[in-house]
This record gives sequence, structure tokens and C-alpha cells, in this order.
Amino acid sequence: MVCCYSEANAALMNSIQLLHQASITSVSQLSGAGEDDSNEIIFGGHMCRCPRRTSCPHIVRAPTVIAMVGLPARGKTYISKKLTRYLNWIGITTRAFNVGEYRRAATNSYKNHNFFRSDNKEAQEIRTKCAVMAINDACKFLDRGGEVAVIDATNTTKERRRMLVHHCTEQHQFKLFFVESVCDDPNIIEANILEVKVCSPDYTGQDKNEAVKDFLQRIEHYRHTYETMDDATERDLSYIQIFNQGERFIVNKLAGHLQSRVVYYLMNIHVLPRTIYLTRHGESAMNLLGKIGGDSDLSERGWAYAEALGRFVEEENIPQLKVWTSELKRTIQTSRYVNAPKEHWKALNEIDAGVCEGMTYEEIQQKYPEEFALRDQDKFHYRYPSGESYQDLVARLEPVILELERQENVMVICHQAVCRCLLAYFQDKSAEDLPYLKVPLHTVVKLTPVAYGCRVEFLALDIPAVNTHREKPKEDNSVNIVENCSWPMILTVLVF
Amino acid sequence: MSHESVPLPNKASCPHIVRAPTVIAMVGLPARGKTYISKKLTRYLNWIGITTRAFNVGEYRRAATNSYKNHNFFRSDNKEAQEIRTKCAVMAINDACKFLDRGGEVAVIDATNTTKERRRMLVHHCTEQHQFKLFFVESVCDDPNIIEANILEVKVCSPDYTGQDKNEAVKDFLQRIEHYRHTYETMDDATERDLSYIQIFNQGERFIVNKLAGHLQSRVVYYLMNIHVLPRTIYLTRHGESAMNLLGKIGGDSDLSERGWAYAEALGRFVEEENIPQLKVWTSELKRTIQTSRYVNAPKEHWKALNEIDAGVCEGMTYEEIQQKYPEEFALRDQDKFHYRYPSGESYQDLVARLEPVILELERQENVMVICHQAVCRCLLAYFQDKSAEDLPYLKVPLHTVVKLTPVAYGCRVEFLALDIPAVNTHREKPKHVLTHRPVTDSQPCTCFDF
Repeated sequence: MVCCYSEANAALMNSIQLLHQASITSVSQLSGAGEDDSNEIIFGGHMCRCPRRTSCPHIVRAPTVIAMVGLPARGKTYISKKLTRYLNWIGITTRAFNVGEYRRAATNSYKNHNFFRSDNKEAQEIRTKCAVMAINDACKFLDRGGEVAVIDATNTTKERRRMLVHHCTEQHQFKLFFVESVCDDPNIIEANILEVKVCSPDYTGQDKNEAVKDFLQRIEHYRHTYETMDDATERDLSYIQIFNQGERFIVNKLAGHLQSRVVYYLMNIHVLPRTIYLTRHGESAMNLLGKIGGDSDLSERGWAYAEALGRFVEEENIPQLKVWTSELKRTIQTSRYVNAPKEHWKALNEIDAGVCEGMTYEEIQQKYPEEFALRDQDKFHYRYPSGESYQDLVARLEPVILELERQENVMVICHQAVCRCLLAYFQDKSAEDLPYLKVPLHTVVKLTPVAYGCRVEFLALDIPAVNTHREKPKEDNSVNIVENCSWPMILTVLVF
Repeated sequence: MSHESVPLPNKASCPHIVRAPTVIAMVGLPARGKTYISKKLTRYLNWIGITTRAFNVGEYRRAATNSYKNHNFFRSDNKEAQEIRTKCAVMAINDACKFLDRGGEVAVIDATNTTKERRRMLVHHCTEQHQFKLFFVESVCDDPNIIEANILEVKVCSPDYTGQDKNEAVKDFLQRIEHYRHTYETMDDATERDLSYIQIFNQGERFIVNKLAGHLQSRVVYYLMNIHVLPRTIYLTRHGESAMNLLGKIGGDSDLSERGWAYAEALGRFVEEENIPQLKVWTSELKRTIQTSRYVNAPKEHWKALNEIDAGVCEGMTYEEIQQKYPEEFALRDQDKFHYRYPSGESYQDLVARLEPVILELERQENVMVICHQAVCRCLLAYFQDKSAEDLPYLKVPLHTVVKLTPVAYGCRVEFLALDIPAVNTHREKPKHVLTHRPVTDSQPCTCFDF
């Protein structure tokens, strides 16, 4: 592929990008380019781009509070954690604030449900204080650069919601979006209690049945004062009501791109039990040569893995399994012996290494030493010239993740960088950790949703293969850039 | 080179939509935007690669009867008219089912469907007699201003009212609505709980979504939640003439030529004169579009998704060079330009898939100017002008021209405004001979030095 600017300038651009990340805001004043957009620095006709929202560059900073609403055991914490994980993965800095945790920190150990009686004045004071602390922390988080704060609490009275409206949208200028979970199916509720409540710190050491009985009485105390979001009096608020785990939704006054994405996500997740299998293609001819990218066939051992994978799926006996591969030959070949319907996604193709396609790491080090060093400095944001970054990968994998959420049993046969991005979503890994996740060849990663997270098992299928993993190197290569640099102004900024 | 570069026609952005033929049935009183939604939804689904057609019962009625006299046709006690109307509804439903049986994927039935009885008939016909999915889209509106605006925009000029005075037409139509209102039963949570539907209140203020079944319905709901009817203008333009354009080379990341910079300045003046409130400018991440936006006084956002089509191994080559180095590829591209994927590159079909989030966000926004590239511009224009996959890759989008799109009635007014700065012509028509072993002269490489 054609690269139309010199490598030295590319290195310069990337280093400016990194400096900007380190909050040196005066660089734009040095440039003399005079652009109005502070994220865009034109330097001698070349562009410098700063880390951007993965798939939504246009989400202007609109700090938002998402407030959960609902009786206990309606899935509020489940939704909070999942939503937080998803938003962080697509690049929106999000944190959840669970009022229950504040309460546990503020009081002595939980004795029984009487703590939650509406006439227990002392407890009421503590609970209100904890709610206010959580809201204050959420607002502080947003003031300091966070983009979304999820307040995980019951918020079951109009009064409490009005307090949130006042605090978030009047005292601060945050957007406020309510997510109410309504459920009246006793089976679902009991299942939730057994899954996540009985093992909570409130009930350590207690008999399971006793814990369930106590929790049900806890819910009753809340029920007396529960006011579901009201179409008549709360018409001006932005909210979504979820009925019976997604059977029905009411969406009111959606305000902005973020809320629109949140609603789309909430409408596509489900809680049915299922398993997701992630694996890379079998060892390929390019792997054997240590080269990256390309569209090569499987090696002999790669084919052995394909056969082993077929047997593995047979033994796992997975109902209604679907297999997704990329459109590159090595993943399609790997799926050859798996007995299930297959779909091929271009979005699952390996990261595009641009000018470095088909090279070994040694060749890249030789031909593009600054690029190689820059990549090690910020592997997540670094974009290969005429290629992609991990950040770009996440953007193109988002529809895959959304569809994975909709589906049930799926096996995804993909590539190293792609696998890292998908795994980071399920395991809630940060952008720093994501590019260094270990995803060895000839290994199936089995993901089973459990409680608030995911059980992850790495099952090596015992077929030898090369190791394509590269750790983050220890020595700091940034000094080399300064020596190659011929811009005196930048030199003074780099030396700090 | 092998012929593997032409992938089988695949759903643009959703390869996993297994064949699940679906009937989408509109519900609502007249002048609630049902036809607007039907047409827009049909256009969107076709653009993302889902074969869709709308069946408007009103058109069937006009074809079946003599010219429309007045609103009494729609009285609930007008037995003769009722028979005709029921017959037309049944004809439309039959045609919709035939369309799905013959390979269509989504049929939109654009009718009032305002009674439970009529909806039950649809359920029986679509999901029991055939095995289609059925999804209702109800539009509920009680704001008289909105309704009158709708009537003036699309009803007064309908064939039913040709030659009539505007105010008379409005009065007649309002009485027509009254006849429907007597028997109107909105989708009922209690008795229609098992149906899949979305209710849209007051043009998107509020939504009720019930029993979403499947990926397609999920995408339809997302689309419906993001469109709006506020007046606004979209401007599409390519970057100014670039250094690569002058050399006749495709792809790359070059700077603007001198004339390209002249266009950038002219564009700044143009925006000034248009006086567009709260304009936002979107560019790709390639230099030539960012440079073109230099003098436009508005906030800018850069989308990687707006980058030009990736020509893979052909990046940086002229059409003559491609013809010489990859003659079979070159011919294959002419045979099916929409689906053809450059080796290690992209196809127009891939482009549509990556532009879908851009279109969705364009729908959410108001006044936007998009500065992009030839192939990207063609894809976006095809969405707004409802062009087919065959026509899309040959749409003319000359350099130094602004395409101004204004929503009007059920479609879009399109104006091509050339800013009078000369540039090369980068357009290449479909040649007459597209077989692989054609003589070089028949391949009609682009003549890029016209003016």
C-alpha cells in the first residue's frame, strides 16, 4: 500500500500524539497552525490526530449520569456492570457507583431485613447518607473527566429521582438517563436471589434458604414505597423501562447519541444461559515464517488443529452452535471440520498492518525503527501507516459484539489482535492491557456467563505451534526520536 | 490472479441475517407519517442490502376505483366502498407475500390497519398461512399542528385532490380522518401482547417496543429511534482536486493541488453565503479532505469511516497501470463494480457496511456538511437518492461540486452546485466490453486531463 509521507514525519506526528495524551496542552500553541479544533494540529501540512472515541468521534463531551431504578433482585447491578463494561470497551470512560457497597462500608455487618423497614429512622438516615455520597462521588468522577457515571441503586421513589434530577441536571449540567427494570415473575426473582444475593457479603455464613427468606422480606419493605416511572408526572425525564428481562420496553425522551446507543445495547442483551468459544485460526504458513498479516494457508500443524477442533466441538455437544470466521483463508480452513453452520465476517479480519503487512518483527525493526518503537510506547492507539490500530479494531468489532450479545452458542474463529479485543470486552480489560493479552495458538477460550461476570477457561488442544506473543519490551526507545528530530521547538518540549 | 476477488453477494453489514422473510405492517390514522416511514425504512433497508419493497394500499384503492370524490368514501357505513377497500387490502397483502416468496426479504404494508380485526387477519395470513415474521409499526400523534402540517405537505397534492382548492382539500381530509377515528383501536398491550411491535408517539418523543424478535427487527427499531423530521440540509462534497488526481492515480493520502486549494477557499465562501445555522463539518482522516475543510467556519469531526475505498494492491496506480498489471481484475471490476473487491482492498459493498454508522448519525444530526471521496460520496448519495447497487458505482460526483440535499415530502431535493473552479474529471463510465480478454483500448481507462 502506498504511504505518502516520510517515516520521520510519521514518527514526529505520533510523538506529538503521545505528548498530547500526556496532557501537554501547549503543543498546539507551538505549532503556529492556528486551527480552531484543539484536537487537530496541522504541522507543516501533516496531520496529528489525538486518541479519539473509538466508534463515535462525534460524541462531544456530554457527561451523563445513568441512574438505575427498580426493586431489589431485578437485575440492576447486572445491567450496571454490563453496561459499564461495554461503554468502557467502546472508549467511553464509565464507572458504576453501587449504593449497596456504600451502605456495607458505612454500617456494621448486616443483621437482617429490618434494616430496610420504612419506619427504621436510624437506618433511613444511613441509607440516605450513602445514596448522597454515591451521587457526590459520581458527580466528582464526571467533573474530573469521566464521561458516564452509573448510579446503581433502587431509586424507587419519585422523591429520590427528583433529588437526582436536581443534583445532576441543575446543580451540575450533566445529562440524566434512568434505566428501570420491572419484573413480576417470581421464578426470575428467586433465581436472581440464589445467583447473586445469597452469596453477597450480607449473608456470609447463613443458610441458603434463610437468606432467601430474609431477602424476600427486604424486597417487601421496598415495595411499599415503590413508585414506578410515571408517564404522567415524569414525562419530561429521559428513561427506558425494561419489563421482564426484555419482553417489552418503554423509551421516553431519548436525548442524544449516547442514550440512543445505550438503549440499543440494552435491547439486544439477554440472560439466557449460553457459551461463547473464542479461538485463533490454526498455525499458518506465515506464522511459521514469523511474518504478520497476509492471507496464507494453514501449516500442517494448523490442519491438525482444525481436525482437533472438530473433535472438540463434537465432544462439547453444544446445542445449536453457530461458527463465525473471518474472510481470510486460515480461519475458514480452521472451521472445516466443525459440524455447524458457518458465517464469514469481514469485520473479523486481522488488524491491517498497512506498510508492515507480510514482514517479520525483525524486518519492521530494521525498516521502520521509529514506528516500531512508537508502537511499543502505546500499542493500543498506535496505527500502522496505511493500516489500523487496536482502537480502530474495537470500532469495527462493535457490531460483532452486539450480535454476539443477541446470539446464544457461538464459536468465533479469528486472529490474534481480534481475539484480544473480543476477550478484553468479556474480561473487562483496559486499553493498556488489551494489546498484551495472551491468546496462544491452538487454544480454545471458553466463556460462560455467571453471576455478574464471565467464567473464562483456556483449553489448549495439545497440538504444538509457534508462539506469536510479543511482550511489552522493557527498555524505553523514545530517546531515538529526539535524535532524529530536526524541529528545535519540539526538541524543547520533548525534554522533560 | 484467481477469480476469488468477487465475493458472493452478501448482506452488506449483516452476513448473519439468515433468510427470515418479514412483513412490516404500518398502523395508524391518516396523516401520521406511515407512508413517510414506509418509504424511508424501505430505502434504508435496500441500501444496507436487504431486499425490501413497500405496498401502499391507498395506491391499490386509487387503481381499483373511479376518481376519488370526497370523504364519504371512507364512512364506516358505506358498504360498497368497504368492500372495495377490503379487497384492495387483501390484494396488497397477497402481493407482499408473493414478493417474499420470490426472494424478497422485507415487505412493508403501508395501510392504516387501525382495527384489531384487520391486524388479526394479517397475523393469520403472514405467520400462519406463510411462515413470515410480522412486525407492526404504529404511529400515534395527537398534535393538531403536526397533523395539519403533514396534510399540507403530502395530502393536498395527492392524486385524490388534483385541481381542488387547498383549504377544501384540508377540510375534506380532516373529515376522512374522523371516519377512521371511530373504529380506531390502538395496539393493545392486553390483547395484542404476543405481537411484535413498536409504537411511536409524537414523532419520536416516546416509544413502546414489544417482543422484539430477531436481528432485523432490532435494527429497524434502532433506525426508527434515530430518525427525525426537523427541517435541515445535508451538503456532500468531495475533497478539492488533489496531487494524485492530477497524476490520474487512485487512493493514497496526497495534498491538495493548487486548484484544490482554490476550491477549499471557494467552499469557505460558499458556506458563509449559505448562512447555515449550527453547521457541523465531517471529513475523513485523509489529508485532502481535512485540507478542504480548512476555510469552513464550523466545528469539524474526522471519521476514519469516511476514508476512500481501499484499492488494496492497486493503491497509487493509474487505471492504465491497473489495466496493464492486473487485466483480469480490471475486467472483473467492470463486470460487477458493486461487489468487486480489490485484492487486499475493499468493495463498494464493504464501503456501504462501514458507512452505515455514518448514515445513522447523519439521520440524528441536523445541518451537516460531509467532505469525502468519490466512492464514499457515491454510497452516501445512493442512500439519499434511493439508487440501486447497479447504479451506485457509476453515479456522477464531479470534483469541486457541492451536492445540497433537502428533505421534502417523501423524498429529497437534490441540487448539484458547481463552485466554478476547474478540475480534472475522475469519472469512468462502464465500458461496453467487460470480458477478461478484451483489447486494451476497449477498457477505456479514465482520461484524466480533460480540462
